[in-house]
Amino acid sequence: MSQKKVFVSGDEAVALGARLARPHVVAAYPITPQTIVVERISEMVEDGSFNTEFMHVESEHSAISAVMGASAVGARTFTATSSQGLAYMAEGLHYASGGRFPVVMMNANRSLALPWSIFGDLRDSLSLLDSGWIQVYVENAQEALDMTIQAYKIAEHKNVLTPFMVNLDGFILTHTYEEIHLPEQEKVDQFLPAFETPNKMSPEEPKNLGFSTSPEDNMEFKYQQHKAMMDSMEIIKQTDKEFGELFGRYYHDVLEEYKTEDAKAVLITVGSVTGTARVVVDLMREQGKKVGLIKLRYLRPFPKEELKEAVKHAEVIGVLDKDISFGYEGTIYTNVRSVLSELSGIRSVNFVGGMGGRDISKTDIGYMFDSMLNPQTTEKQKNVEFINMGVLTDE
Amino acid sequence: MSNTTAAKPKKINAKNITDKEYFYGHKACAGCGGSLAVRLALKVIGENSYSVLPAGCMSAVGFIYPQMAFNSNACISMFPGASSMASGVAAGNKALGRKDTHAVVFAGDGGTADIGLQALSGTIDRDDKVIYICYDNEAYMNTGIQKSGLTPYGTKTTTTPAGDNLPGTLTEKKNLFEIIAAHGIKYAATASIGYPRDFMNKIQKAKEVDGTSYIHVYASCPTGWGSATEKSVETAKEAVDCGLWFLAEYENEEFKLNKNPKEFKPVKDYLSNQGRFKHLGEEDLDRIIANRDKKWEKMRKNWIK
Repeated sequence: MSQKKVFVSGDEAVALGARLARPHVVAAYPITPQTIVVERISEMVEDGSFNTEFMHVESEHSAISAVMGASAVGARTFTATSSQGLAYMAEGLHYASGGRFPVVMMNANRSLALPWSIFGDLRDSLSLLDSGWIQVYVENAQEALDMTIQAYKIAEHKNVLTPFMVNLDGFILTHTYEEIHLPEQEKVDQFLPAFETPNKMSPEEPKNLGFSTSPEDNMEFKYQQHKAMMDSMEIIKQTDKEFGELFGRYYHDVLEEYKTEDAKAVLITVGSVTGTARVVVDLMREQGKKVGLIKLRYLRPFPKEELKEAVKHAEVIGVLDKDISFGYEGTIYTNVRSVLSELSGIRSVNFVGGMGGRDISKTDIGYMFDSMLNPQTTEKQKNVEFINMGVLTDE
Repeated sequence: MSNTTAAKPKKINAKNITDKEYFYGHKACAGCGGSLAVRLALKVIGENSYSVLPAGCMSAVGFIYPQMAFNSNACISMFPGASSMASGVAAGNKALGRKDTHAVVFAGDGGTADIGLQALSGTIDRDDKVIYICYDNEAYMNTGIQKSGLTPYGTKTTTTPAGDNLPGTLTEKKNLFEIIAAHGIKYAATASIGYPRDFMNKIQKAKEVDGTSYIHVYASCPTGWGSATEKSVETAKEAVDCGLWFLAEYENEEFKLNKNPKEFKPVKDYLSNQGRFKHLGEEDLDRIIANRDKKWEKMRKNWIK
């Protein structure tokens, strides 16, 4: 591999990934902790290394609206946001997926107010799981860059034409510096050809887009949208393979298993906390404890069959959610439990933690595995357990 | 701001206007002023237009799948996002190297003065090459005649009912033309479907602007106004003639009054022909006339050289 090495933050990796993907139009509004993406792109536009129409929009709502407008004439587009900004875009997220505009967006996962917090958790993107966007969650800066490039290839595939959200843990990934490999532009161009879509307004073939439907037609459009998302699963795998062959980095498709073959207790994680959990698995394996880990990469499309296969020999599954669906349980747990319902005899428990930027330590993860492995404890504990709380819960 | 009058396009009149139609087969109400504004504007802008319409009457009547009423590129935007989507269309076309294209917005008064104002302000601030046309029928008509920021004092709507306690709408019509001009926009104008030639020539001017332009066209709505369907054009003309609407331009950082009637036609005649004003008493009428006179005094003082 002759790829240049650079020392960058997660935000900067995304900015570099966006540049390599050559979007025609970038529209973004600053919000912590996404801001550095916008700043770096602005600098690259200024110094001439990033040839794009950069739009200083006055809000996130206009950011998503503008990239849809550009996408509607056949342009490749990029935007980035976080938290409150994502929530402000919510109308546009549904609009973009319904309009089949393959917009690519980076989201810096951050808590939603109130109370205000600029720090990380997944409540922003998870609350929009049903908005029809492909959602990938990355573990480090390298994966952030690589997925920004892969995102276009998947989103723009003629059988997919679905917007794509690359999620990075706020601060933990967006602001942490790592050494990463920078793919060569030539190879990225080879991997990612120019954007072509029949779904566009053009001088050659004028079209009316974004129309309204009667009850006689609406469901067929929604069915097609669902089908495209389901079909994207194969495209995601194919793209990961092609990317790996060209750049030497594979991401194990939709989920990554770590020491799960003979594991009794398997913890399911999303995003950057996976790195910590991997270390804990190694430590506990040294102590002879049969623990394993699954890093869920895609939450939409949800890797149902792949997850079923990965967990079928486990005795107990733990799901670590950096979110809570108030009045029920962690959203990732709900999704995982729906898969477990098709398998018999697997216990499960939901750990809720890391909200508003609270650390999840090795000790916390060790506790999770221990309580999963110890049935006495598990029977006593609630299905949903808030970990590392500063106040006593009601038991 | 650059001079926009450098290129003098040919004046449009009844003889040289194109026979081509770009907006037809739609389901607008009889006598719809908004649809006439769209039809006439697109005759001027032509086939290189990329129309963006937010939620509102024209998007509701023009895009009912599979019957598409635009014979040129067109797309419905989010309600607050017409201007930002048109900005994106302009940026996309520019990046793709498409020359001589026109991103054009057709938005109602609510979509412009209320929910769409932020995005419109952003477009003007960036000076994106967008022709923004607001067809003003003075209420949210598509949802069933609710008050907007451009509904004038005394108007009866379904959210400002007139009764023993209230005279309908209590607020004055937002002064949007001057709000837009205050951005330092390259070209802005007011128009009326009652003066179609003036309207089309303002569109023609807007088409030549290398940046954002804004046309605010008064468009009657028989359904919402309780006016005669066959008199829509006449009604919109009367609004200008009685001084409750005006024809003006803002260009090269200066305002210009295009029509300065020596004598106004009676406001009472204009109001009494419309169901939405039928309930008004003499006091309300006096207030409306006093406000009209105050506005004209200011316009005549500041906008005439």
